[in-house]
Amino acid sequence: MASIPEDKPVGASAIEQRRAADHESFLSHKRLRWLKIATVFCLVAILIYAFTPFEPRANGGTWYGYTLGTIGALLIVWLSLLGIRKRRMTEGHWSLKAWTSAHVYLGLALIVIATLHTGFQFGWNVHTLAYALMMLVIVSGIYGITVYAMLPQRLSDNRKDMTTEMMVEALGALDRQLASAAQPLDRADADMVLAALDQDPFGFGLWTRLSGNYRRCATQKALDHFSGGYAEDSVDGRIRSLLSRRRAQLAQMRRHMKLKAMLEVWLFVHIPVTIALLAALTVHIVSVFFYW
Amino acid sequence: MPHRFRVAIVGSGPAGLSAAARAAQLGMSHVLLEKTDHLSDTIYKYQKGKYVMATPSNLVLRSDFDFDAGIREDILGTWDRQVEECKVNVRLNADVTKITGTKGNFTIELKGGDTIEAEAVVLGIGTQGNPNLLRAPGGERKHVQYQLDDPGEYYDEHITVIGSGDAGIENALGLAKDAKQNNIVTILNRSADFARAKKGNVDALIEAEQEGRVIVRRETSPAEVKDGELVLETPNGQETIRCDRIIARMGSKPPRDFVEACGIQFTSEDRDAFPQLSPSFETTQPGIHVIGALAGYPLIKHCMNQGYDVIEFLNGNSQLKPADQPILEERFAALPGNRPVEEWLELFNTNIVILRDLSPLQMRELMLDSTVHSYRKGEVIFERNAEGSSMFAIGQGSVAVEINPADPSITVPIGTGSIFGEVGLISGRKRGSTIRAAEDTICVEFSRNAALKLIATNPAAGRAVNRIFIERQLLQMFGSGLAPADIAELVDTAEVMQVRAGQKVVEEGGEDKDIFVIRRGSMIVEKDLGGKPVFLSYLPAGSYFGEMAVIDGSKRTATVKAAIKSEVIKLPGDAFLKVMEANPRLRERALADMRARRKTNQFIESRKESFSSAVDLYTATAQFLINEGIGDATDVLLIDEKLCVGCDNCEKACADSHDGLSRLNREAGTTYAHLHVPTSCRHCEHPHCMADCPPNAIKRGVDGEVFIDETCIGCGNCQRNCPYGVIRMDAKPPKKPGILSWIFFGRGPGPGEPSYYWRKKKMEEAEAATGKKPGKFAIKCDMCQGIAGGPACVRACPTGAAIRVSPERFLSVTRFAEETD
Ligand SMILES: Cc1cc2nc3c(=O)[nH]c(=O)nc-3n(C[C@H](O)[C@H](O)[C@H](O)COP(=O)(O)OP(=O)(O)OC[C@H]3O[C@@H](n4cnc5c(N)ncnc54)[C@H](O)[C@@H]3O)c2cc1C
Ligand code: HEM
Ligand code: SF4
Ligand code: SF4
Ligand code: SF4
Repeated sequence: MASIPEDKPVGASAIEQRRAADHESFLSHKRLRWLKIATVFCLVAILIYAFTPFEPRANGGTWYGYTLGTIGALLIVWLSLLGIRKRRMTEGHWSLKAWTSAHVYLGLALIVIATLHTGFQFGWNVHTLAYALMMLVIVSGIYGITVYAMLPQRLSDNRKDMTTEMMVEALGALDRQLASAAQPLDRADADMVLAALDQDPFGFGLWTRLSGNYRRCATQKALDHFSGGYAEDSVDGRIRSLLSRRRAQLAQMRRHMKLKAMLEVWLFVHIPVTIALLAALTVHIVSVFFYW
Repeated sequence: MPHRFRVAIVGSGPAGLSAAARAAQLGMSHVLLEKTDHLSDTIYKYQKGKYVMATPSNLVLRSDFDFDAGIREDILGTWDRQVEECKVNVRLNADVTKITGTKGNFTIELKGGDTIEAEAVVLGIGTQGNPNLLRAPGGERKHVQYQLDDPGEYYDEHITVIGSGDAGIENALGLAKDAKQNNIVTILNRSADFARAKKGNVDALIEAEQEGRVIVRRETSPAEVKDGELVLETPNGQETIRCDRIIARMGSKPPRDFVEACGIQFTSEDRDAFPQLSPSFETTQPGIHVIGALAGYPLIKHCMNQGYDVIEFLNGNSQLKPADQPILEERFAALPGNRPVEEWLELFNTNIVILRDLSPLQMRELMLDSTVHSYRKGEVIFERNAEGSSMFAIGQGSVAVEINPADPSITVPIGTGSIFGEVGLISGRKRGSTIRAAEDTICVEFSRNAALKLIATNPAAGRAVNRIFIERQLLQMFGSGLAPADIAELVDTAEVMQVRAGQKVVEEGGEDKDIFVIRRGSMIVEKDLGGKPVFLSYLPAGSYFGEMAVIDGSKRTATVKAAIKSEVIKLPGDAFLKVMEANPRLRERALADMRARRKTNQFIESRKESFSSAVDLYTATAQFLINEGIGDATDVLLIDEKLCVGCDNCEKACADSHDGLSRLNREAGTTYAHLHVPTSCRHCEHPHCMADCPPNAIKRGVDGEVFIDETCIGCGNCQRNCPYGVIRMDAKPPKKPGILSWIFFGRGPGPGEPSYYWRKKKMEEAEAATGKKPGKFAIKCDMCQGIAGGPACVRACPTGAAIRVSPERFLSVTRFAEETD
């Protein structure tokens, strides 16, 4: 039914470009630019490896081994710098999405580069340790992109327009109602309710958080205690309905914490092992040049 | 025969006080009447310890009283002292209810029946108005109050709050907040729901009700106030409750009625209009003068200067040079010829059509908000597609408009006295064409606010701008080859229509034949497919629609309705056809537009058959965004929750690139189909936040961003006016250690906004060191203005979930096509 003046897209697209607003995920950034680059690079590396005769045999010490080793080491250093890039909001036309995209694909390419660099010679030494640490970082990274791809939707569905703060507030509101509703109860019943109220919803360990299996949940225990069959408007009936609302609210928070934990937990491997890897890498390089 | 004062000054705000001080200094017989039991009620009501700003800094203060930036208490203290010293004749608790009589002989009636006689009256009553009073019998009793300064000071009382707006709810919640105060708080609501209050407040109230902290009485109103008791009119008859204190928050009435009852005319019916004033602040009722916020000058310095000036004028001083003279001299120094200020003002006043009606006083005021430029022949004044919201007027010389971007040699002239750039002003969008000086030219550039005020308060200027606007809009839209004469008839028959949000302008199947141009707001186009409305496109301001039916005589093929409150220009179809017939190029253009638009419709219709659910989602998403007020936006932050991992790096980046405070709240806001609209400024086409900013600190920048500059005085008006809740009032925290020293040595709070406690601790340290309490100012997203690389929130998102887009780009078919492919 209408038209927009022709000049609009010109200005708007220019501005959108400035804002890096293209709606593309980090995995498909710029139509998979970094996947393509990494693949080509790996193929070339494999072809050279396959068709070059190395004497006496392929390892880190050949010209090719040195080349791949240098590339690999530089790449690892660059990959580690993502941690700093992410937190240093300097000006300029960079986007963390592009960095992450390159990080993922070039990081994966390391599997090929480093493996070829070893010439498949492994042993119980610092060199293989560095290789193993690197693979551990990469494996945790693969877990990372898997959860990054799968969980955000579930996080969003579970949140239902509520912020974390609102969830905590909603729980607090239920707790205040429970506290006053529990006034007329006798000691034993009241203790069950108070135990539920006193339990810190965040006081459970990482494992409980990740598994979502809250066996010590006092709200559940209290619910079991008020096992039902009450009239809707009796004190016990009101307590029961408040408790089950509390349980539902807790369930939402727990799903939220579980998903968040799954999205973050791998970084507790990825980052510390990166640091260990940088240390092992340094030892590897130093020992190669000084003791060979 | 009672004593008759030379002048009675009503209202003891900065304006009235300064006037009274001058009168006292000149020995003029005077009285200063103040409604409350203290001076300067507006400032008195600022929050305790508020840092009051003295802007504009380049304006000299001309008053017998002192005023400089500082703490509220100090300023009020100084004035109280100076009132004593200068022997100002003050009468407190003197609420003026009526002013009758004529120049030389006014009778001023006070509440309570007293009268005062005066030869002249100066009104400095500000714009606060009066709270609506409790009219039930007994409503005048002492325990009824209309203001609640500190809810923490009441204990063990039965308190009833009357009123169901935000103020009432906030007061009730405040009183009930701390259970230790042991208050029994009841709130009365005349109707069954709380339609006038913000959702957040209503939710909090209902929660408090459920927890038994506040008693909410619906469909209940006060019937009689007694000592210690309140009689209620409930749906089930009368009922008496215990009540030690009543807090009545039933809104307030702007002072306009009172002012008009004094015989004073306003410049227009517009809600924003001010009283008509002469250069000496005299109203249309001779002998009554208006100064200060009521006259349209909300800054304290202006108020004080005017208080001084108005008494000088009354005292017969006609030589008084306004206090702004040095500012204007500086401003005009850029112009060639070294002419005095008065000469330039005179020249602009006579040459520029829209300024002809202005008094010298209004001219000066307008020039304070404006800039003047001198351009050499050929110099570019602004470029096509540049962002800009100011309006220009040609004081001398002429300019050339490049109407064809492909061929800059094709130009249309605009001559002395006329205006240009008005499109940016009214629709808040980009410049349509490049404009150059055709000869050596002198222009006045009005800021958006100054121009809007001019249009609102000066009907002649309003009409002139309106006509020019319509003419230019049409010329620009229908493009090349048209001259003003070609469309004169169209402009004459054009009609400006206000459209409510959701109102249909064109209905599918209708037989009407008009063309519409969106002047303000935005529209959505829908078509009924298989019994359901399907979203076809989004039209921002500056687009036209409805030509299809006009050109091929068909029925309306789709419905066009307003996304938000909008303004459209309606053009009769036959007049448009005539212009089209006479102009083959326009005809071609219109036909091309029509074909493109048909293609869009067909594309979506065909998708509807094969990808019905994708089209439904497209429609539902569009509807969701429109409901979220996206029709207001020029640029909005969206988060794709299929990608967002919740790392909050966007918020951290925002804080780290803006003084340590984040201007967006990622989690807050609404979501539909995993598309999340977080709480962050949308850079509204017509920013609601700008409406009421005393120092005009809110501006639109070169990239279309709405930002708040350093002249913000922290009054909080913008925060209240923004319907999207994106403005926060906060003090700038001290600098934190750099990121590398955090990574390697663990110094400072790390990336992102430091915790409240860290900020509080550091601020207290800084305060102890310098003795100065940092003020709280309004902060909001500035679209990372001036930061190379653009919005930090978008750049810092590791997954590409955060994007900033304009609604017309996001809701475009191209994007839809890409996403369904
Ligand atoms: C929260 C807030 C913060 C602000 N911060 C600043 C700042 O930092 N710097 C700045 O320059 N400006 C600031 N302003 C704006 C400034 O305070 C006002 O614009 C200014 O006070 C207006 O002065 P006035 O003399 O015109 O009227 P007011 O100050 O409003 O005074 C009017 C007086 O008239 C009295 N009155 C009203 N009706 C009657 C009647 N019928 N009979 C008798 N008396 C009557 C009132 O009680 C009042 O005392 C701020 C405004 C607000 C709301
Ligand atoms: C040896 C190789 C690698 C090193 C040294 C490395 C190192 C790092 C570091 C230091 C970070 C920053 C974490 C933070 O500060 O939050 C990071 C983040 C990340 N890495 Fe790796 N990485 C490597 C390989 C990989 C691989 C192979 C993948 C994917 C397959 C991957 C995926 C990611 C992702 C998704 C992030 C998170 C980005 C974010 O949320 O900001 N990494 N990596
Ligand atoms: S602050 Fe609010 S009103 Fe102002 S431009 Fe932003 S969203 Fe619009
Ligand atoms: S555009 Fe800049 S100022 Fe606005 S929310 Fe994003 S980071 Fe903050
Ligand atoms: S930076 Fe991106 S992924 Fe992280 S919270 Fe913000 S939008 Fe979500």
